[in-house]
Amino acid sequence: MTSTVTRPGGTRPRAAIAARTLRTDRWWFFPLSIAAILGFFIVYSTIRIFMNKYYWVDDFGYLTPLYSPCLSESCVPGSAHFGTPFGEFPRWLPLGLAAFPIVAGFRVTCYYYRKAGYRSLWLSPQACGVAEPHKKYTGERGFPLIGMNSHRYFFYLAAVVLLINFYDATKAFHGADGGFGVGLGTLIIWVNVAMLTGYTLSCHACRHVVGGRLKHFSKHPVRYRFWTLVSKLNARHGTFAMSSLVTVILVDAYIMSVSAGWITDFRFYN
Amino acid sequence: MGTVRHFRVWRGDESGGQLEDFQVEVNEGEVVLDIIHRLQATQTPDLAVRWNCKAGKCGSCSMEINGKPRLGCMTRMSTFGEGETVTVTPVRTFPIIRDLVTDVSFNYQKARELPAFEPPKDLQPGEYRMQQIDVERSQEFRKCIECFLCQNVCHVIRDHEENKPTFSGPRFFIRAAELDMHPLDERENRKEMAQQEQGLGYCNITKCCTEVCPEHIKITDNAIIPMKERVVDRKYDPIVWLGRKIFRRDQLDEPAVSTPHRAPAMSGASVSGGEEAAAAGTQASTTTNWHHTPAAPQAAPVGEDGKLNLTELTSDRAAAQSPFGDDVTFPLPTENLSYQHPREEKPKHDEH
Repeated sequence: MTSTVTRPGGTRPRAAIAARTLRTDRWWFFPLSIAAILGFFIVYSTIRIFMNKYYWVDDFGYLTPLYSPCLSESCVPGSAHFGTPFGEFPRWLPLGLAAFPIVAGFRVTCYYYRKAGYRSLWLSPQACGVAEPHKKYTGERGFPLIGMNSHRYFFYLAAVVLLINFYDATKAFHGADGGFGVGLGTLIIWVNVAMLTGYTLSCHACRHVVGGRLKHFSKHPVRYRFWTLVSKLNARHGTFAMSSLVTVILVDAYIMSVSAGWITDFRFYN
Repeated sequence: MGTVRHFRVWRGDESGGQLEDFQVEVNEGEVVLDIIHRLQATQTPDLAVRWNCKAGKCGSCSMEINGKPRLGCMTRMSTFGEGETVTVTPVRTFPIIRDLVTDVSFNYQKARELPAFEPPKDLQPGEYRMQQIDVERSQEFRKCIECFLCQNVCHVIRDHEENKPTFSGPRFFIRAAELDMHPLDERENRKEMAQQEQGLGYCNITKCCTEVCPEHIKITDNAIIPMKERVVDRKYDPIVWLGRKIFRRDQLDEPAVSTPHRAPAMSGASVSGGEEAAAAGTQASTTTNWHHTPAAPQAAPVGEDGKLNLTELTSDRAAAQSPFGDDVTFPLPTENLSYQHPREEKPKHDEH
């Protein structure tokens, strides 16, 4: 420790390098493209949840995940799979009110989206080794960012919403004549549900809950196996996060288009 | 045959400096540190650089190459284009000493603030037994070579010098996680310490530490996030809190009150008060003060110009300095050491 050249003392100056960064690669490309994707999703989903129409295709049983579960009497007949306990909603109130705050909160507090959002939207920092523009930084220690610690609660609730999505997806095997049927929409809905499953199960809070909090794996072999499985998925959490975001937009846009009559669903069977 | 490349190297000290241009020969298979050495040998013999193993295992040659925190010895010249200028600067987060050498003692200070491994009291050295699956999570973090690139790149202190007193940095979050996940570590308040004393809440998961780690330790996913979740268990999760209250688990592992106590461990002076501070803590039968904050190292015997006397004739001592500081005599007083032997039943040095 006692170095011959290091002298103890107060704050000493750093190397006087004026440049904000000396990086020569296109460090701005990744945060910018993520910002574009996140920005598009925020605008798209806001418009869609306040649209309050084109969310249900009665012929084939397609319900968009943005409106699931639909629990109001204002819902289009057939789309309320779980009854209508909430009565009629005024015109301006989103019908997807039950689940949308949950899945939005799950994504906002997600450890992957925190990285994406802090880098791309908040520039704190925008890329590694690039000076951030903020004068002060206190991290996730005070209100409101301390709320990020609620991620595990959003995970529990999002797992319930995922089960509802599975139920909706089974309803999508609905033919035009009322029996069994499969269309392109069914396929897209199931791909979306698979991506959402991957995203939910690979969550860091899930990894902690199933076994990460343990100190002695050897005493809990079953939870250790769960933890090992979730750890493998967890390595791909970012991939699941972005791909499920894209599939949610895709499935919603497809169902909107079919519901509005802009396109017709391509049917494989019935 | 080699080619001649354009290098820009930061030269200077705490009074200022600038990037200097060099044209230097580069041969096949060389790394940036080789080129720095060639500059020393051929053009600028007084260029200061810290290095040791040239194999990516000692963590000495941390520098910033084209703005990215890297190890000089592990950055191949073949990763740059033929006509590409290579800019080499010292790491930015720590005070500059000279040229590419910085003072990283911030990290040693933070290391000393973290309580050491606390073995079970009923086990003697040599009796420790662990299963591989229990200890393998901690083993990943043992790969750390302490190059401090993660500490350097972390924007919490890189861009905000004022956060240094309250933020330990990624290297010490993996140390805290390593010990908290260690199957034989008996200390129960590492989660609280990570939050209150290490500043875990400053971290916003932007993963730059993981990006720059030359040992490819998954710092964020495997250490910081699990530690954050463990802090949530203790601090922010009412259900877990209620469960602990109902099943009385809180009485088993209620953390000791930690009051950092300043006592020079590496000083020859005997210090009283350390044991009283430990006894005042709520942790049962702990006679060792785990919160020693050793005294700052002795100042180097430099002249008025701030430089060392380099010749024996002008130096006031015959041989090299003690690496522990010339004011330290051995053996050190035992009560100043943060070590408690598990076999010991009664407090040592009752006279204090």
